Amino acid sequence: MVWANDIIQGILLGGLYALFAAGLSLVFGVMRLVNLAHGDFSIMAAYISLVIVGSLKVNPFYTLLLVMIVMAVFGYIIQRGLFNFAMDAGPMQAILATFGIAIIIQNLLLEHFTADSKGLDAGRIENAFIKLSNQVVIGWFPLITLLVSVLVLFGLQVYLSRTRMGRAFRATADNQRAAQLMGIDNRHLYGMAMAFALAIVAIGGVFIGIRTTFSPSAGPLRLIFAYEAVIIGGLGSLWGTLVGGVVLGIAQVMGDHAHQGWGMLVGHLVFLAILAFRPQGLFARQAQ
Amino acid sequence: MTETPMKVERYTRTSRVGLPVAAVVIIAAATVPAWGSSVVTKQAVTFLTLVALAQMWNLLAGYAGLVSVGQQAFVGIGGYSLWVFSNKFGINPFVCVPIAGVVAALFAFPTAGLAFRLRGGYFAVGTWVIAEVYRLLVTQITWLKGGSGVSINVGGISRGTREAVTFWLALAVAVGSIALVYLLLRSRRGLALTAIRDDETGARGLGVNVTRSKLWVYVIAAFGTGVTGAVIYLNLLRIQPEAGFGLNWSALMIFAVVIGGLGTIEGPIIGAIIFFVLQQLLADYGTWYLILIGALAALVVVFAKRGIWGSIVRRRPIDLFPVRRRLCLETVCFPEAAPPPSSPTDLPPTLVKPAVVKPPGDGEVGPSEAAPGKLG
Repeated sequence: MVWANDIIQGILLGGLYALFAAGLSLVFGVMRLVNLAHGDFSIMAAYISLVIVGSLKVNPFYTLLLVMIVMAVFGYIIQRGLFNFAMDAGPMQAILATFGIAIIIQNLLLEHFTADSKGLDAGRIENAFIKLSNQVVIGWFPLITLLVSVLVLFGLQVYLSRTRMGRAFRATADNQRAAQLMGIDNRHLYGMAMAFALAIVAIGGVFIGIRTTFSPSAGPLRLIFAYEAVIIGGLGSLWGTLVGGVVLGIAQVMGDHAHQGWGMLVGHLVFLAILAFRPQGLFARQAQ
Repeated sequence: MTETPMKVERYTRTSRVGLPVAAVVIIAAATVPAWGSSVVTKQAVTFLTLVALAQMWNLLAGYAGLVSVGQQAFVGIGGYSLWVFSNKFGINPFVCVPIAGVVAALFAFPTAGLAFRLRGGYFAVGTWVIAEVYRLLVTQITWLKGGSGVSINVGGISRGTREAVTFWLALAVAVGSIALVYLLLRSRRGLALTAIRDDETGARGLGVNVTRSKLWVYVIAAFGTGVTGAVIYLNLLRIQPEAGFGLNWSALMIFAVVIGGLGTIEGPIIGAIIFFVLQQLLADYGTWYLILIGALAALVVVFAKRGIWGSIVRRRPIDLFPVRRRLCLETVCFPEAAPPPSSPTDLPPTLVKPAVVKPPGDGEVGPSEAAPGKLG
């Protein structure tokens, strides 16, 4: 039963990773951009929540909507103000521009908030749990995280398949130039994609702040987990990111169970094994 | 029938004057330990190793199109190799410096084996993950003293000797890295690399073995970065996994190259100078220098993507390290000087070649032009 608990905890953790991975996947799908600042954006969201909680004295859950809006606006602005131009300059230039932004955000947070670890206090929900048996205990908060993550992916799926904007996203993902010829303003569209991605990653950032502690240097690891979830799940597959996140989560929980401190390493090794033996990911959209 | 005197040459007027000038500068620089204080010598080592790191990263990104964010792996491996071979095996620490490069090059093979399955931005993060794996492994291996780090004991070598030799080694890696890139680009392999830089698909079509050329460059860059890592830690004498395998090494080399000019030999040198000067000027203001340099790099990469050197060359054709052959008729040479480095993306959209569909089972994931993304 111990391993059953590991798997359940891994699935719950995977829900959190999917929240990071969905935005990364969306941005890559729409505009071929691997945003190296993705993880730092999530940590930035956690700090924004921290500031609001500090000044309004509210539960971090109530800051969620505001943080999402702030991050979405920020995403739109940075996409239209910098990343669009970087993508014009070339794919390599675009990656390097996001890397520059990543380093800037890390160090701005470091200068303003110091290197100390911070946490968001969500009150009693953090420790509430459902006891299924002596070995299997499900925390309410991780469960909520997983449900939110499924809900976000479902919402994104519906949005992409049912709305006009969603259709424009898919058209641009399939063929950017043809979509442009059909009258799609791709600069605005890219801005919207980044806004969506950052709104989603803002949820991830606030949730990670509630779940554990965070510091200015925590961003890169978030990016890496999101990226591993995307590759494990298969590029271009939205639900694949959830599966990828779950596989990564289970690997990490089991690794830590086997030997304290091995969790992250085992997660990376599972990712590298997938890369070596099934580089198209578990749920590749099209067989290559 | 009269023949126009015609010859093919490489040297430019600047480079003919430049070479002896460079030789004088290097000889003058070599005397630093004789008159400079300990602090000056150590700072000079920091600068020279930065030049070498930037050159190696530029070789990867500027010529082979491999944007790696994981070169810190080889800095860390170089640093730890220095400690293992000098303190565990009792080899003279100065001799350990080239050994560290060989170790890094050996690690480059499995790293490339995995990372080369990815392209573009996914390659960048992939190299980063592998660097993390090396860091975590070092942290977990008790023989390497785990996460607490180690002090490098140089045995009976006096402080003055160590500092002087470390400086000369740093000078050697800086000059060596420039010479290596220069000679590499002038070789047959270099011609292939330049072709890949300008148009990968075109180069493949002309029979260039792109994958092998890239692997070759990757291993050479790992060697250079590993040697430099060993020199850096010969200077610092204390290494921890967090710092040795830290992302900041990547920030250092990437920013220096991007600001100076990607895909040129002069660029990384200029970038390293700017980086070093800003770092020294803002030394009292925490990490603000990194914020400022990061902002500068992000702006340069977007709005002046050829960097500072590229912008200079565009106005005034100078070529300190000529790698191209030029056709000279009587007194006129074509082209007049090095054009700014180009890439397929420099062309207007209509001139970009249509994507070439890769055969199935290529084993590459990531943003290949051939595989349009799908959503949902």
